[in-house]
Amino acid sequence: MREKLEQIRAKAIAEIEKSEGLSRLNDVRVAFLGKKGELTAVLKSMKDVKPEERPLVGQMVNETRAHIEGLLEETKARMEAAERELKLKKEVIDVTLPAKKNRVGHRHPNTIALEEVERIFIGMGYEVVEGPEVEYDYYNFEALNIPANHPAKDEQDTFYINDKIVLRTQTSPVQVRVMEQGKLPIRMIAPGRVFRSDEVDATHSPSFHQIEGLVIDKNITFADLKGTLAEFARELFGEDTKVKFRPHHFPFTEPSAEVDVSCFKCGGSGCRFCKGSGWIEILGCGMVHPRVLKMSGIDPEEYTGFAFGAGLERIALLKYEIDDMRLLYENDDRFLQQF
Amino acid sequence: MNTSLNWIKAYVPGLDVTPQEYTDAMTLSGSKVEGYERLDQDLENIVVGQIEKITPHPDADKLVVCQVNIGTADLVQIVTGAPNVAEGQKIPVVLDGGRVAGGHDGSKTPGGIRIKKGKLRGIESNGMMCSIEELGSDRNMYPEAPEEGIYVFQEDVPVGADAIEALGLRDVIFEYEITSNRVDCFGVLGLAREAAVTFGKDYCPPKVPDIGNQEDAKDYIKVRVEDTELCPRYCARVVKNIKIAPSPKWMQRRLSAHGIRPINNIVDITNYVMEEYGQPMHAYDMDTIAGHEIIVRRAAKGEKFVTLDGQERTLDDSILMICDQDKAVGIAGIMGGENSMITDQVTTMLFEAACFDGTNIRLSSKKVGMRTDASGKFEKGLDPNNALEAINRACQLIEELGAGEVVGGIVDVYSKVKEGRRVAFDAEKINALLGTAIDKDTMIGYFRKLELGFDQETSEVLIPSWRQDLECMADLAEEVARFYGYDNIPVTLPRGEATTGKLSHKLQVEEIVRDVAEFCGFSQGMTYSFESPKVFDKLLLPEGDALRKAVVISNPLGEDFSIMRTISLNGMLTSLSTNYNRRNKDVRLYELGNIYLPKQVPVTELPEERMQLTLGFYGEGDFYTMKGVVEELFDRLGMHEKETYDPNAGKPFLHPGRQANILYKGQVMGYLGEVHPQVADHYEIKDRAYVAVIDMPKVTEQTDFGRKYEGIAKYPAVSRDISMVMPKSIMVGQVEEVFDAQGGEYLESYQLFDIYEGAQIKAGYKSVAYSITFRAKDKTLEETDIAPVMKGILKALEAMEIELRQ
Repeated sequence: MREKLEQIRAKAIAEIEKSEGLSRLNDVRVAFLGKKGELTAVLKSMKDVKPEERPLVGQMVNETRAHIEGLLEETKARMEAAERELKLKKEVIDVTLPAKKNRVGHRHPNTIALEEVERIFIGMGYEVVEGPEVEYDYYNFEALNIPANHPAKDEQDTFYINDKIVLRTQTSPVQVRVMEQGKLPIRMIAPGRVFRSDEVDATHSPSFHQIEGLVIDKNITFADLKGTLAEFARELFGEDTKVKFRPHHFPFTEPSAEVDVSCFKCGGSGCRFCKGSGWIEILGCGMVHPRVLKMSGIDPEEYTGFAFGAGLERIALLKYEIDDMRLLYENDDRFLQQF
Repeated sequence: MNTSLNWIKAYVPGLDVTPQEYTDAMTLSGSKVEGYERLDQDLENIVVGQIEKITPHPDADKLVVCQVNIGTADLVQIVTGAPNVAEGQKIPVVLDGGRVAGGHDGSKTPGGIRIKKGKLRGIESNGMMCSIEELGSDRNMYPEAPEEGIYVFQEDVPVGADAIEALGLRDVIFEYEITSNRVDCFGVLGLAREAAVTFGKDYCPPKVPDIGNQEDAKDYIKVRVEDTELCPRYCARVVKNIKIAPSPKWMQRRLSAHGIRPINNIVDITNYVMEEYGQPMHAYDMDTIAGHEIIVRRAAKGEKFVTLDGQERTLDDSILMICDQDKAVGIAGIMGGENSMITDQVTTMLFEAACFDGTNIRLSSKKVGMRTDASGKFEKGLDPNNALEAINRACQLIEELGAGEVVGGIVDVYSKVKEGRRVAFDAEKINALLGTAIDKDTMIGYFRKLELGFDQETSEVLIPSWRQDLECMADLAEEVARFYGYDNIPVTLPRGEATTGKLSHKLQVEEIVRDVAEFCGFSQGMTYSFESPKVFDKLLLPEGDALRKAVVISNPLGEDFSIMRTISLNGMLTSLSTNYNRRNKDVRLYELGNIYLPKQVPVTELPEERMQLTLGFYGEGDFYTMKGVVEELFDRLGMHEKETYDPNAGKPFLHPGRQANILYKGQVMGYLGEVHPQVADHYEIKDRAYVAVIDMPKVTEQTDFGRKYEGIAKYPAVSRDISMVMPKSIMVGQVEEVFDAQGGEYLESYQLFDIYEGAQIKAGYKSVAYSITFRAKDKTLEETDIAPVMKGILKALEAMEIELRQ
């Protein structure tokens, strides 16, 4: 019996070692361990074994079975690994073939610049508000301390619908509309489309965008204006950006200033970008004129505030080095794809 | 506005700065210097020489050899071809190694031309005698220069002296951007005053003594102003025994530095005073003034007048005229008349320095189509008190230059004297506004330097009439800030009540719209809000279509920009066309922009501005691609109900069989479709193009950003496929309506999986197959749950004459 089992074992080992592939291995399993397999046959013949020898023989059969099973499992695992290895080798691809991209559209550079500006001011607690593009003359001019015969109202700058209605020339009328609502304090920015009667060329467009800012509260100072815009410039143009305030004149602010930022291309040493000056003019600002506050129903003795305004296209052109404003309104796909 | 540095220095004697220092400091104190030009930037090593001896050149007929004394021991030999040289002449000589600005044809060379000694036809030449053109100027500015040849000094200049200096070219011209409120800075004196305060130097304006003979101007001339609103002040003085001659070199140099061509002593004086005081002046020949009376009145409508440039101008009754008893002699503040202009024969002259209403001059100058130096000054609104000072200054110069005999007295019609004003001063308030702690006396110091008075008792600043811009405390704060230095004001952030930074709901929705459009491959475009009324024809809108009622711009840049758009498609189609014609493939664009719908025509109140999302593409994709974008968008905006589509959108600019209104909860949100081939032709797009227009206010109303988890289905779904044959005219949407109506509580979804028209189907019919899925939340569905529902669906379909197939 022992010899027979040894024979079976040796035969099984030989068969296992001989078998190529998983299916052949399975045949071996069936041939030895299956219902009609050789080892199973030995078990079946146990009835012929003397009862006293049965435990011993049973143990031997089980050992043989365990051995064969172990060997089968081991070989199977090895074969599977080898087969996977082979498959993986076959599946090698050229990773440098072109990517299959989901075609995604691009945002207009104006919007990218605007969103950046909005993010900065929202972070400082400003609300983003809008106002009408076709606006009453009163809001666009008079309420901003630009009286009837002011040169700024001259026809050559302003598009008129009629005596009372204009295409707004600035986003500043939104200031007035917000102040009139009487909810104080105010911290707002108002981006939007504005219109001036300029012929189209590389640096002019009859329609462009501005961003207006307004803060009204008790004890707002010119120093606060400086601090706010310095912070804004650093956020927008980089940590090392310096700002310079130059006296200027706007009818709706007093004192007023124009703001230059140190050239973010050359850092202030002078380049073609800043025309050698090291500075780039970026916005106009000032303390809200007491007369403007009064006209909007705010007591200038109690409240002060500052306002600022910048051209969005100017920021976009500068930041993204776009050399012709007309590109912004042509919508050439090859242009838009670059943003 | 330009000024010469030398002219400024004449009134700020202590000023000693480089051009760059001047530029920086003046800009920071509020007089923005846009740039400067050194007149001597390309001139170097040029001296006054005297020609001692001229001999012919041995080998060239057209050249001569000059021995030139330049004040050194040795004479300098120079060969020249200039036709006008003569012994004894004093001329500018550039020596070996020096530079001139350009060629004698007047062309300038950037950086100048370096002159080196050399041989001309074998004869040594150690420098060059210069023409005025080679020195960077021209005969307009130096009328004494010869038409061709070397510049010859007429005045007595020392030999060997700096010729650049002698020609008045050691000067710098600054160009300023003066803001409209600083009328006083449109003259040299105003800027000199600013410069004096900026640099802490003394300001020494010209001292003008009382001038004139024993006679009285009133005996020569009468002045009557009929419209004192338009002419608040009119000053007239008389000069007799006029001797017309060139003005002196110092005056010519200052004028030419300002780009003004010297003419003769009288004209030069009026120009000189205009530059210095910012007050335009005019001179009339007294003999041409009928009745020796000046009448300032409005023109008659249609009146014609020949200005001194020889042009005839047609006037109207808003234009102010200077007249005598018979006729008009000038358009007030703009230009004098040909009939009264000064000629070389003039003996007695009337000087006018007046003040006119700025707005009226601006409008008049536009009406007559003529903007002169004078009108450019008047339209800013001049200080009437300046007129008297200016005319007296002019008379002082007449006397100084010996140009005539000034008649004593003045005719001065000045009905409403312009007074200065008082502005309350409170140092604490100014510091509170600026965020500074500037000493009160420092502030008052600035005011004093600016020639503003201060009343200690009332603590008021006394504002002279030439600072009409200073009206309130905030204005005083700016004066303090300017000279304290904007740079020296601290940098702080606003304190006080915290506020919430946020986007409005509308803007949040627009942000999502941009994201979805871009995910779907559309890039953002921007187009103008105004367009041509021809757009309506291009879009095939019928006469009388409501969209043809537009807001019209009364002064557009041209017809192409004359109406505010009532429909957003023109911008999109134009942009697609641009791309198509530039051969860009598969272009997808979107735009978020307003349309402007008038509430009535003509417009009496603000139009309704409605934000439109416009999507457009050509190339890859079709109608259903666009439909997918719309549904993706609605889904992302929290609009989870099913959209429906009405093919009867009635859009003339879209393909009649490929257009639909987009409905959500029964309301039209917009439309989509294929662009009508004729419209595509109008825009030169030779491909199928698809557009969708979504009305954002309607969509924004329907958005719902509430989110709620509804669990994942636990029980299996049951599917039933049905296959139908139906007339082509029935849209699958109608079939889906049946599913929705009959599907009952277990209906989960349905999916079109086949649609076929062709050989196996009878003509005019199509075969359509759907898979319908049912599921219950709380149990596994049995056949008995589904059967009645399916029966209902099939029955309803049969009622629509839809044939069911097995």
